Amino acid sequence: MNIIWISLTVLGCTALLAAVLLYVIAQKFKVEEDPRIDLVQEVLPGANCGGCGFAGCRALAEACCKADTLDGLLCPVGGQETMKKVGDILGLAPAASDPMVAVVRCNGTCEARPRTSRYDGTQSCRVVNALYVGETGCAFGCLGCGDCVKACQFGAININPQTGLPEVDEEKCTSCGACVKACPRHIIELRKKGPKSRRIWVDCVNKDKGAVARKNCLNACIGCGKCQKECQFEAITVENNVAYIDFNKCRMCRKCVSACPTGAIHELNFPPKPAPKPVEAAPKAEAPKQESQKAEAVTKVESNVEPAKKEEPKQ
Amino acid sequence: MKTFRIGGVHPHDNKTYSAHKQITEVPLPQKAVIPLVQHIGAPSKPIVQKGDEVKVGQLIAEAGGFVSANIHSPVSGKVQKIDAIKDAWGMTMPAIFIDVEGDEWLPEIDRTPTINNICKLEAKEIIEKIKAAGIVGLGGACFPTHVKLMPPPGKTAEVLVVNGVECEPYLTCDHQLMLEHGEEIMIGIQILMKALGISKAVIGIEKNKPDAIEHMQKLASHTLGVSVEPLNLRYPQGGEKQLIDACIRRQVPSGALPIEVGAVVDNVATIYAVYEAVQKNKPLISRVMTVTGKEVKNPGNYLVRFGTPLSDVMTVAGGVPETTGKIIGGGPMMGRAMNNIDMPANKRVSGMLLLPESESLRKKPENCIRCGKCVSACPMGLEPYLLSKLSAYQRWDDMETHNVMDCIDCGCCQFTCPSARPLLDYIRVGKATVGANIRARAAAK
Repeated sequence: MNIIWISLTVLGCTALLAAVLLYVIAQKFKVEEDPRIDLVQEVLPGANCGGCGFAGCRALAEACCKADTLDGLLCPVGGQETMKKVGDILGLAPAASDPMVAVVRCNGTCEARPRTSRYDGTQSCRVVNALYVGETGCAFGCLGCGDCVKACQFGAININPQTGLPEVDEEKCTSCGACVKACPRHIIELRKKGPKSRRIWVDCVNKDKGAVARKNCLNACIGCGKCQKECQFEAITVENNVAYIDFNKCRMCRKCVSACPTGAIHELNFPPKPAPKPVEAAPKAEAPKQESQKAEAVTKVESNVEPAKKEEPKQ
Repeated sequence: MKTFRIGGVHPHDNKTYSAHKQITEVPLPQKAVIPLVQHIGAPSKPIVQKGDEVKVGQLIAEAGGFVSANIHSPVSGKVQKIDAIKDAWGMTMPAIFIDVEGDEWLPEIDRTPTINNICKLEAKEIIEKIKAAGIVGLGGACFPTHVKLMPPPGKTAEVLVVNGVECEPYLTCDHQLMLEHGEEIMIGIQILMKALGISKAVIGIEKNKPDAIEHMQKLASHTLGVSVEPLNLRYPQGGEKQLIDACIRRQVPSGALPIEVGAVVDNVATIYAVYEAVQKNKPLISRVMTVTGKEVKNPGNYLVRFGTPLSDVMTVAGGVPETTGKIIGGGPMMGRAMNNIDMPANKRVSGMLLLPESESLRKKPENCIRCGKCVSACPMGLEPYLLSKLSAYQRWDDMETHNVMDCIDCGCCQFTCPSARPLLDYIRVGKATVGANIRARAAAK
């Protein structure tokens, strides 16, 4: 019995001593940290994707607590709502920002882009891009090996087996930009989500001359400049044989869409037929086909349409 | 018998298809397309315009920098346009299109087959002539030869190492060149020795070419300072660092050029071009190419003028067999499968290998079993399994510290891997990215 008491006392004393020692040391070497960092971190999504430009959510929280204003600090995953919560904690006004979404700028589907070779090597766009032009003749288009799919932490991007092209699920996309960095051909771009998720973009980045581009892909932008002439807001520039729509200037009039002879300009989430808006340019031969495609696209994403925001794109 | 000391593999050489086939000339094309990028370094600048008449051997594009090379017209005719073409891998590059009319050569070019073995030029004049003739290393890397002949200050050349190894399986063009033009190559070696101011040259030849060894030994016995070194079979013996190690037992340090150990390496085809340029005033307008493969009708060694579409060369060799699965530009180890055979022949393409469908498919990659075979096969002493993983995870800085830039793209790692892992694919991506990073850093400074 004695031995039990002795061991209990010795152990108890040691534990007590250790507790006191640890407490003293903890007090002595205490790290003064802004208590708000923990609070801010709790509000952040915790995905640690790095889309904000910091190493992770905690790094962004630290930066927010240090900063005087929240300008330039944005969690793309949480978006405006999260930043508002962060602003409430810190007593700062969140910077205004438009929600963004990743957009794949290639429409070289299997039918439009004939295959010229067969590749059986490593299934990685980066590797294919370093080796050669890819399975089709287009040296600028999507390689279809899915580096963007692997890069996405949110499962927002998937290869459509029918077209062979990646498709972005805008509900899941957090615009962290991981896919933009992963694409060796710089096809994916972060664009403004737009009011009611309506967007217009040029679905091609082919810099070849018109005839060459068209030979390799029926849906290619041939750099004809018709859209540029049609646009009243100077939103479209044609450089290196490819058109680009500046989403900050675009007013969504959709004149360019019907003007494009190859159907390279893509519109999303617009109502199937713009009844009040008569289209000026005569509808091209391809127009009906396009319309049906559009209708299909709309029916597909209709359930995804967000509640309308009264937000007009700025000049 | 000597060979290099680190790594290497021994693939079957498969040279029987085209070995000892006499070099035959390919007929001139109707239209020649001459790419402006045929070498390592800056692209050449065209100096002709649409509608200009050109003759064979006329300068049509100037070197675009120190590490660059002149390009001469391989045909006579009229310049049609200067436009972009797709290269063998589908990428665009600028080229000069010439409509071929007759075959009119510049008068100063000596086209007689007589062998001229007297060279009275000074070292400087020789280098000038080589530079003017647009000669680049025809062994594969296409490094401008005149740059090699001008060692940076503080470095001196001691030995000329001549590359007659041809370690790539299937290729036989250098072998045949040595057999048919051995004397000219010997004169070329003497010219280069004079240009470098050295008195020693070693010709390295692998032992699977006994007739070439014998022939060159016979010729070398009449030439002062030149010796032939028969080498054991081992790939990649033709890599310059491996060849220096095999022939003169010196190791080039990491990141350095062969001149660091006093060696200058040139391929026999390059040396034959040097002979023609210096003694015959003929610029580099053609090269010997091997067209080979198990099912090719007339495999052989063809003298091709640059600008001739590779499909024409293929037609001379009996056309593309129906069973072909892959057409490789170069040899099977270092060459890359082509997806456009309308690409014109140029300084870079040393051969075409047509593999039947059954041999051209890759094996399915399995997991790495950490056997370390790639490490022991790497002739540069690298760790390919590690480099490929780092590349897959995009850890470029770590790749740099693990000396990825020393990789010579020989493919021994991938060849030897029992799990058929695509090691070189990933290492190549890493090498390109790390190289770009290093250049960006240098530019920022």
